[in-house]
Amino acid sequence: MACARTQAEAVPMSASLAVQQISKSFRGLQALADVSFEIQPSTITALIGPNGAGKTTLFNIIAGAQTPDRGAIVLDGCRIDGLRPDQICRLGIARTFQMVKPFAGLTVLDNVVIGALSCCTRVKEARQRANAILDMVGLGPKRSRASALLALPDRKLLELARALATRPKLLLLDEVLGGLRPSECDRMMALLRDITEREGISLVLIEHVMRAVMALARTVIVLHHGEVIAQGTPASIVREQAVLDCYLGEPLRV
Amino acid sequence: MKRRAILLVIGVFGLLLTLPLWASPYTVSLATLFLFFAYAGQAWNIMMGFAGLLSLGHALYLGVGAYTVAALYDHFSIGPWLGLWVALALCGLLAAAMAALAFRYRVAGVYFALLTIACAEFARIGFDHFTWVGGSGGLFLKVVEPGRMDLLNLRGPPAMFYYLILLLAGAALLLSALLLRSRAGYYWQAIRESEEAAAALGVNSFRWKMLAVMISGAMTALAGMFSAFYYSNLFPEQLFHISRSIEIILGPIIGGVGTLFGPIIGAALLTALGDGATEFVAAVGWDVPGVKQLVYGIVLFAIVAFLPEGIWPALARKLKLFQ
Repeated sequence: MACARTQAEAVPMSASLAVQQISKSFRGLQALADVSFEIQPSTITALIGPNGAGKTTLFNIIAGAQTPDRGAIVLDGCRIDGLRPDQICRLGIARTFQMVKPFAGLTVLDNVVIGALSCCTRVKEARQRANAILDMVGLGPKRSRASALLALPDRKLLELARALATRPKLLLLDEVLGGLRPSECDRMMALLRDITEREGISLVLIEHVMRAVMALARTVIVLHHGEVIAQGTPASIVREQAVLDCYLGEPLRV
Repeated sequence: MKRRAILLVIGVFGLLLTLPLWASPYTVSLATLFLFFAYAGQAWNIMMGFAGLLSLGHALYLGVGAYTVAALYDHFSIGPWLGLWVALALCGLLAAAMAALAFRYRVAGVYFALLTIACAEFARIGFDHFTWVGGSGGLFLKVVEPGRMDLLNLRGPPAMFYYLILLLAGAALLLSALLLRSRAGYYWQAIRESEEAAAALGVNSFRWKMLAVMISGAMTALAGMFSAFYYSNLFPEQLFHISRSIEIILGPIIGGVGTLFGPIIGAALLTALGDGATEFVAAVGWDVPGVKQLVYGIVLFAIVAFLPEGIWPALARKLKLFQ
């Protein structure tokens, strides 16, 4: 794993990730079967599929929260599967949680400082970095609020800010747009586009908001019952029969 | 408004600094007791308040710390300030061993708390039969003639012990404040709020939890040393008993878990009310054994029901100490 670490330092702000034949089952229930795909540096990839398709499990495996039964996760040419979540974070993969997990007893700023500490040696630097990121995502005016008191859209922003503070090369976002009003959704989409284009961070989105998927993603990967049933550009995906079948049901045969 | 807080701390500290000059010996002994629990409560608070690890067996470190320093002094004439380092190391290692096992086998929450009780009880029974240090019959330290003060061997008048524990409680407050503002403090609080989210942000929770447990255990060993030399007698049934562990944690719980001043406020209130009740009952002439525990219970009940955050957060808001 030493190789992965030196790689992480050599490649600055973009990462390529390869998911290779990942399988995972829970007590006989196959959550992921032979899932493979690649993510190019500085791109946005959307991971879609019906509930229970295995999207969050896949995130957990990439982020190290769960270990795969088979297969490999390769970041910039080095295997990272089997590492702990904190090690994977320090190699440049950050994530947000679908069920947001703010550090409820702490202020908005302190939440982000904790993320920033993973790449800053001094607390003072981490505070500066956290402040800059809060301004970037638009939470600056709320920095000294208790994070437990934030409304859902702000919690999602906080979750994003905290992950960004770790200086990731690849960011896994689990439904950051879910539950947002259209105007909030537009703001978040602009922010995500900004993060990729300006900072060069690759994004993988789990998303149900198709409007955002179509507008943001360069590549869409469709998971169904733990298998990749389609991948390609957004335009090609919506014409794919297998995708239509899994979302709308198979055509009635009479 | 932070200046008000600082002024308040300086005022209270000045009052405490001059206490033996104007207060009665009884008041000084009460204040010693209060500061002892303020110190031990702060040690416990680092584990539970900062890192979210519930220990109900801090009597273990209190006892092991006390017995280590006392036995080295009694058997080998090794001065307490030297023996202290052995006690700190021993309690740090004990805490580390217990915590490493717990974290390795994912013993968490209530089960972690049960494990800490088990370890303290195990030590209590072990020391009951440990004849080298007196077993259940106790260990007694040589008492020197009254009036002579020997700070190096911690033999001296009550005022000496008062100033020692005042220094310790002050140092613990300073250490807690520094830790809370350091990387460790941020990481501990992150782990306390959500270990999963902390790990996703690059926090090696095992390492930082170990640090909290070791600091807390070692600090409590120092309380043990103080206790041994202040009372000059050690009994396993007293030092390792679960009621000791409970007394240690009552202060922070009542004052405010995880806050800097909570353990101090809580200890002050409990000492005042506990002994106030004892005095009152004696003065009125009633015979109520265990009235102190009764008061502790009532206070605890009131806090849980009306101020679950503890007194300090509510007080700080009321006095507008932080804003």
